[in-house]
Amino acid sequence: MSAGSDKAGRPDTVDPAIELRGISKSFGHVQANKDISMRVMPGTIHGIIGENGAGKSTLMSILYGFYKADAGEILVGGERTDIPDSQAAIAAGIGMVFQHFKLVENFTVLENVILGAEDGIRLKPSLARARSLLTELAREYELNVDPDEKIEDLSVGHQQRVEILKALYRHADILILDEPTGVLTPSEADHLFRILNGLRDEGKTIILITHKLREIMDVTDTVSVMRRGEMTATVRTSGTNPQELAELMVGRKVLLRVDKKPAEPGRKVLEIEDLRVVDDDGVERLKGIDLELRQGEILGIAGVAGNGQSELLQVLGGCRSATGRIRLNGEEIDPADHALDGQVWRGRGVSHVPEDRQREGLILDFFAWENVAFGYHHAPEYQKSRWLMDNAAIRRESGKKMERFDVRPPIPELAARNFSGGNQQKIVLAREIERDPDVLLVGQPTRGVDIGAIEFIHQRIVELRDRGKAILLLSVELDEILSLADRIAVMFDGRIMGERMPDQTSEHELGLLMAGITDTASAA
Amino acid sequence: MDFLTLLQVLDTSVRLATPLLFACLAGLVCERAGIFDIGLEGKMLASAFFSAAVAAISGSVWIGLLAGVMASVALAGVHGLASITFRGNQLISGVAINFLASGLTVLIAQDWFGQGGRTPSLSGGARFNEIKLPFADLLSGLPYIGQSYAELFSGHSLLVYVGFLTVPLTWWVIFRTRFGLRLRAAGENPEAVDTAGVNVIRIRYTAIAICGLLCGLAGVYLATGLQAGFVKEMSSGRGFIALAALIFAKWRPWYALFSCLLFGFFQALSFRPDVVKAVTSLDVPGQLLDALPYILTVVILAGFVGKAIPPRAGGEPYVKES
Repeated sequence: MSAGSDKAGRPDTVDPAIELRGISKSFGHVQANKDISMRVMPGTIHGIIGENGAGKSTLMSILYGFYKADAGEILVGGERTDIPDSQAAIAAGIGMVFQHFKLVENFTVLENVILGAEDGIRLKPSLARARSLLTELAREYELNVDPDEKIEDLSVGHQQRVEILKALYRHADILILDEPTGVLTPSEADHLFRILNGLRDEGKTIILITHKLREIMDVTDTVSVMRRGEMTATVRTSGTNPQELAELMVGRKVLLRVDKKPAEPGRKVLEIEDLRVVDDDGVERLKGIDLELRQGEILGIAGVAGNGQSELLQVLGGCRSATGRIRLNGEEIDPADHALDGQVWRGRGVSHVPEDRQREGLILDFFAWENVAFGYHHAPEYQKSRWLMDNAAIRRESGKKMERFDVRPPIPELAARNFSGGNQQKIVLAREIERDPDVLLVGQPTRGVDIGAIEFIHQRIVELRDRGKAILLLSVELDEILSLADRIAVMFDGRIMGERMPDQTSEHELGLLMAGITDTASAA
Repeated sequence: MDFLTLLQVLDTSVRLATPLLFACLAGLVCERAGIFDIGLEGKMLASAFFSAAVAAISGSVWIGLLAGVMASVALAGVHGLASITFRGNQLISGVAINFLASGLTVLIAQDWFGQGGRTPSLSGGARFNEIKLPFADLLSGLPYIGQSYAELFSGHSLLVYVGFLTVPLTWWVIFRTRFGLRLRAAGENPEAVDTAGVNVIRIRYTAIAICGLLCGLAGVYLATGLQAGFVKEMSSGRGFIALAALIFAKWRPWYALFSCLLFGFFQALSFRPDVVKAVTSLDVPGQLLDALPYILTVVILAGFVGKAIPPRAGGEPYVKES
């Protein structure tokens, strides 16, 4: 990988591929972009990092014609260019790979590639041309995908390649990728970066939006940092380090590594044997899981999304029934029992922070105080009489919990919808952790959460562990698992592929396990 | 039952399948673009009335056809306005159009002609008359092939032939053209269409206009081909049967042809209880035979006939992400 390769040899007379001058954009009285100026030289990979809500996506949406800037101008290849819609962006040679792919699921790769860029009324010539171009690009940049495969049958990594192919088919010289590795395995991500390096070497300009510092360090030539709508710095990647970038992003010193003592595992709290789940379509999602969880430890479950982790969490959270044996504090529990719902598990000291906080963790249109009470609304201290709830008490207590969890703003009377992602997550965590559970199940605790809030959430989870509680952590972020977990189990295709200790393994080894390759000795 | 009787039943099936086919293809184009339209019935009815009324007044079926199609396209425009531009609920808009057409046609008919909500009977140039294909008489003597040609293929009105030719045409447009690709994409993932730089709104309006045109032809055929004039509620649920046929056909043009023929066949049976009796040797009550197509509709809509996956973005107005 030619990380931070030197481009200083270029003459100064070359116009930047993209230049932004004084871009500003407000939504109501929220200023998303404040007087942003940026230059991206052709043939480079330029990273843009910043926390959620820092304005990265808004800026790129302006560049791709989704929003119109209130002020400022865009220069493409040195010429002032108006970009009122995506069509204009495409015409200016800008291609975008969105975080959530914009592909038609039941179309073939070819059909998706030509959609909107067909040569004429009949499809046949366009399809033929796209087919030959795809073969060419596959050879040149390792962008291989089967042109006749339907999108819904492709892996996420391949779907992403289709998005890149779409942009290249439209003659994009400038490629913007928004959080491209969020859904990829480490090896898929490496493959993507090889593709991007190849494109860069061919003279394409690449803008990479991410919140992962490591990616910035690995693949970019230059990097711009955004904070609260402003561009706080643009630096050469070779002349900076992750710590400095993190500080520029957050505006204060942050701990990148979780600060924690070695774990002191106690007695077994949760034992799982041969847990199996068959879903509604008759597909076996869990194929015999064996796990045990001890007091005072964090067990991290790593894996690419969709390999059974969600089902495991759902079973333990009481959202799904299964077969097998579960012992909680030495007591047998039958996971096939349909009466076993979230209430029962919570009553036995198992708290659950679900993976999707917006769909499973919260009711967005309800007040924060109601959300803080959910699942525990039968608690005696919340009852006024046999029939009535004591809302005033719930509100009071919610306010206190929200303050302790640094929810901003700490106002219980706001609807959950009005909080940012990180603060919504803190509301869910406040509800579950403040109940002092024996076992905490946490799914994707920091998905879409800012660095500052990640630090806070991680500290809270470690704190709970240090109080002797058992924590089952599910995360698709390998970094998070490596820094937070005391023991790591890797799931693949409904099975546990193996357990590793974080200080005795590597991202490479875990990545192989996540891809279902157990013979790590020979592969390493 | 002899061969000629069979041909007669099939011949009636073809006639009865034609309005279903037009409406079914209308729904296909519309739903493939992501717009549900339960107002097929209303559009068909409005077109039936206006084509018959204008044909009666002008004496020309062609002016009648124009009026019928225009009425249907106008109602389609209302549906488009409600469900595309104003992002309203597509089912409610469709229901409203059905009610509107049902009431308005009778009201205007009474006002114009004073014959109890019907138009005068059409004859001569005010109707689509049967077309005899070349050599039909000559070949009718030839057993089987010649008979089929003369009885089954010859002797329909122009719109029947148009209807059957619309099937390959629709297939070609939907699956082999740029417009078709974009239309299907708009019904599956409008965001993908939008980011590809194509105007989703325009595609959906075009689809709605085509839907209006085809529904219009269905209505015109009802009033000026199949029958000679408009009578109250003469579409009698055909718009809904067409929707069922569409689901049965899994939103595919060729399948639509076969499912419409099947429905047409069941409708034809109700005209020939004697045939049913002869074949099954059961004395099936006439009412049951009349109800057959509707029973089939219910069975299909209840999902007894395999899994049909509708266009994924169907029924949802497209709102640009903000």
